[in-house]
Amino acid sequence: MEKLLEVKNLEVSFQTYGGEVQAVRGVSFHVNKGETLAIVGESGSGKSVTSQTIMRLIPMPPGKIKNGQILFNGEDLVKKTDKEMEQIRGKDIGMIFQDPMTSLNPTMKVGKQIMEVLIKHQNMSPAQAKERAIELLKLVGIPMPEKRVNQYPHEFSGGMRQRAMIAVALASNPKLLIADEPTTALDVTIQAQILELMKDLQKKMGTSIIFITHDLGVVANMADRVAVMYAGKIVEMGTVDEIFYDPRHPYTWGLLASMPSLDSDDKKELAAIPGSPPDLTNPPKGDAFAPRNPYAMRIDFEQEPPLFKISDTHYAATWLLHPDAPKVEPPEAVKKRLRKLSSNYDKPIIVKESE
Amino acid sequence: MAQQKQKLVEVKNLKQYFKVGKGQVVKAVDDVTFDIYKGETLGLVGESGCGKSTTGRTIIGLYEATGGEVLFNGLSVHRKKSAKEAKELKRKMQMIFQDPYASLNPRMTVADIIAEGIDIHGLASSKEERMNRVYELLETVGLNREHANRYPHEFSGGQRQRIGIARALAVEPEFIIADEPISALDVSIQAQVVNLMKKLQREKGLTYLFIAHDLSMVKYISDRIGVMYFGKMVELADAEELYRNPIHPYTKSLLSAIPHPDPETERTRKRIIYDPSQHNYKEGEDVRMREITPGHFVYCSEAEYEKYKAMYS
Repeated sequence: MEKLLEVKNLEVSFQTYGGEVQAVRGVSFHVNKGETLAIVGESGSGKSVTSQTIMRLIPMPPGKIKNGQILFNGEDLVKKTDKEMEQIRGKDIGMIFQDPMTSLNPTMKVGKQIMEVLIKHQNMSPAQAKERAIELLKLVGIPMPEKRVNQYPHEFSGGMRQRAMIAVALASNPKLLIADEPTTALDVTIQAQILELMKDLQKKMGTSIIFITHDLGVVANMADRVAVMYAGKIVEMGTVDEIFYDPRHPYTWGLLASMPSLDSDDKKELAAIPGSPPDLTNPPKGDAFAPRNPYAMRIDFEQEPPLFKISDTHYAATWLLHPDAPKVEPPEAVKKRLRKLSSNYDKPIIVKESE
Repeated sequence: MAQQKQKLVEVKNLKQYFKVGKGQVVKAVDDVTFDIYKGETLGLVGESGCGKSTTGRTIIGLYEATGGEVLFNGLSVHRKKSAKEAKELKRKMQMIFQDPYASLNPRMTVADIIAEGIDIHGLASSKEERMNRVYELLETVGLNREHANRYPHEFSGGQRQRIGIARALAVEPEFIIADEPISALDVSIQAQVVNLMKKLQREKGLTYLFIAHDLSMVKYISDRIGVMYFGKMVELADAEELYRNPIHPYTKSLLSAIPHPDPETERTRKRIIYDPSQHNYKEGEDVRMREITPGHFVYCSEAEYEKYKAMYS
């Protein structure tokens, strides 16, 4: 499969009064053409900063890309000037945000906001652009698009606004769509509609999607591959089946176990992850998850775990995969999910030594 | 089992209409009737705008009801009562809010936030006793006594929600309305707060009205669940029963829309779409909550009742 986007060892920091916040601490991943990569993690894990850095939307200063490359179609976005980025942003890479009320311009008609993209990036005349805007609104499932095109965002409901946002993002047929929690603010029924719409459009247009969310249900529904982030690092990455049926990192276990299952009737206590995420102005030594990790070993507090490869597509950074580590049992809720995957190697292989 | 249970809250034909100008009226809660038994958790689910939060706020008396009544231990919440009775009622019913950022006064210390209710109701006889209560409460919700002199901005979302819970507990209530208490929190923290609420319920015999749109959490915490749609309650049943045998077409559609954290189920999940016109209710038809199987109520017409009854019992 062809890689559309490749992020290599990305490091992003923010200068604040309290010191330097290391929001993203060496993240590497890629997105293939036409696939959906989900990035999961809690607030402060760096998932939004990663995606905004790809769009070069983080304010610099206080933000700073300290290291790494973002190769989009072979070109490094880190080295682009702001002027050059304008040609890419909104054209080759589109973005959908969590809150459609604050990301649409309230003083501008919805149609005009779509036309803006078309006129700037597709060199259309205003008349052509308007026609296309109506087509796009229809495509995203907005009834009466001829009338809606002349309305303002406040006349739209939450779900409709999110559809309008998707129409803006899709106006220039982007190769990559970044969706940052696009359905978190929506009701389940509307969420289901928006997810179906995104999948449908992806099939028609062959767009790659980076889908950022903390809802594992949505991940199971949308993703081809999943990256789990914690404290500015990817701790586990694999195909959606590998993450849900053969998770290896204790943080992924914790996430899966802390969700109540709709199918089971047991009312046993939820396996909450104790404590809260670390302060990234002063990231802990060793594995950042160690203080909250019931499986932590002495080495977790001293040395960062290396990256292990479990199959061609499955990676995890945890000492538990080391040949010398004791064998541990994942939580009950996770054990019920486990399946033997044929693509796994006989033994995990160390791919990157710890620093 | 429902027979031996004691009713703590009775909601009878509750109506809450809002005037929105131009002579228009929004029926946020439209003739809703249900009971909450002592010691149970009743979950209330529905889409935004269905009236679930308004129901909670009207029950506790934050809004004057347009019609109907709410009885707490047999005493009407909205009818006029003596100052002493009113105060006592407010002590027994407490609320936890959705937004842990907006619901704590940023200029008050945690100790003062938690002790405000203690002061108002005169539950502590000395300064020392007051502080000891605060320390005790902080420990109950999993914080520690050093936190008492800090301000809300020094805490994370999950910790603030714990402060909100401590504040509600300070006046030793019997009934707590939790309006989306975990929606603003991270997944890993949600489980912590839900576990805490369950533990407190066990220890103190609390009764909860748990309002949320996250259906999997609601199922987990609730004994019974009510589903609301456009100001009406359309279905009410035991939590397990509701998920296993949903009867009302809206409930079915709502359940079918939840994404499960399991890729294989997701690949085959079919969504059911609800069309309110499918009921074809005639003008003046008697549509109300009817009991289909024991303890399982559905909003339906006489004809639908016969149909459901034949299908499900």
